[in-house]
Amino acid sequence: MKTAGFFLLLTGWLLVLAALSMLPAGAARYGFVIAGLGVEAAGLVIVVRAHMTLADRKAGFLK
Amino acid sequence: MTEIQTGLCIVFLLLAPLAGAGVALVNTGLGRSRNAAHAMMSSLCVLAVASCAYFVFGRAFQGFGGLPSHSLSIGGKAWDWIGAQPLFFIGLPANGSPALLAAWMGMIAAGFTGLIPLGSGSDRWRLSAVCISTALLAGWTFPLFAHWAWGGGWLAQLGTNFGLGQGYLDPGGAGAIHVTGGLTALAITWIIGARRGKYTSDGMPMAIPGHDAVMVLFGCFVAFTGWLGLNCAGAILFAGIESSQLPLIAINTTLSAAGGALAAAIVTRLRYGKPDASLTANGWIGGLVASSAAAVYLVPATAVLVGLLAGVLVAFTVEILDLRLEIDDPGGSISVHAIAGIWGVLAVGLFGQQAQAGQFLAQVVGVATLIGFVLPLTYGLNWLLNRVLRQRVGIEGEHQGMDLHELGAGAYPEFMTHSDDFMQR
Repeated sequence: MKTAGFFLLLTGWLLVLAALSMLPAGAARYGFVIAGLGVEAAGLVIVVRAHMTLADRKAGFLK
Repeated sequence: MTEIQTGLCIVFLLLAPLAGAGVALVNTGLGRSRNAAHAMMSSLCVLAVASCAYFVFGRAFQGFGGLPSHSLSIGGKAWDWIGAQPLFFIGLPANGSPALLAAWMGMIAAGFTGLIPLGSGSDRWRLSAVCISTALLAGWTFPLFAHWAWGGGWLAQLGTNFGLGQGYLDPGGAGAIHVTGGLTALAITWIIGARRGKYTSDGMPMAIPGHDAVMVLFGCFVAFTGWLGLNCAGAILFAGIESSQLPLIAINTTLSAAGGALAAAIVTRLRYGKPDASLTANGWIGGLVASSAAAVYLVPATAVLVGLLAGVLVAFTVEILDLRLEIDDPGGSISVHAIAGIWGVLAVGLFGQQAQAGQFLAQVVGVATLIGFVLPLTYGLNWLLNRVLRQRVGIEGEHQGMDLHELGAGAYPEFMTHSDDFMQR
């Protein structure tokens, strides 16, 4: 799950770069950059939750 | 650069290391007394290792605008991604040129970046791991982003290549120094885990207060002096500011810090009944962090607003990270440096004198790069390091205290010890 989260972080960043290089200035480019940030936010949430689960397991209350 | 600008820049860079000294005091004061000497020793080692790593590799990768660099051509545009300078500062002219001053500032900034994760790894991060992690940060991660932002890289060229305002703007290093350091702090916290006893078996966080509030608050004063130097030097070097505009940058830096401290004090007074000293100190530093990107481009009224919002963000996110997300960050480094730094970067696009849609988008791209590229990079490097060399001290060392366990002597040997937790076993 953690790896998937980091993968999403990178994917979101690449989406931002793709929007810059492939789209002309305007609402579409703005939208894709914001969408890239959204993908990054989803990745961050997954990474945070993965680490919370790991921490809980270490504390022993998910056994 | 004129001779006056060069002379002023040298004076400001002489002040700049005080910013790191202040942050080291804050980090140490917010940790436990049995780890105080270790925290200051780690800070000194971080500065030493970062200076050497930057000297060997960092400056070569960071480069400077107008000097040779490596570019990729994608979509008909040149993406300048890394400097192409010789290692070991070879070829750096010793004549007070902007490239020399930028290398000096880069060395200070690399050390400062390395100090930030110490706050989150406090009380459990081994000294040897601190040194190697810092070498990776100062020799690779920091210079790479610094090239993109300060060295004429693709972020700095977003304006000329893609019509996004003046390109990514961050002369004082809110992104390059603070967000990079803050995200590394987050990675370190995830990798080494929480301090023993921080969370109970049912997931409730326990308060582990810092051991010296006076040290923490004095650190704020020291950091403030250094920050004035760092922001003004960055403004001259990376924003081409005239000498006559420097007082406004100093005023904005001061007002932003003031706003951050007051906001944190008011928020904690309203929520807990009394203002919290450590969170107020964190608010002050958060205001300074936000000013790093924005001080050059704001008017005093917006500088206060930026500082106020930074202080509010810091006060709330410290609690959210601790209570909700189980991220044990004793020094508040993630909130103070990463969150307030991101806010400062965005504030340039929202409130800067040249604020426009394109400029805001350039700042958003900078933030997306920090979260989407720098965080996985710094996490990956530290994860690999942890596979080779365990970064966290063992249970015995954590019980004993890092001072006795790693240094063989405590910071305050004349103090009475109250429990056998402190005794050498």
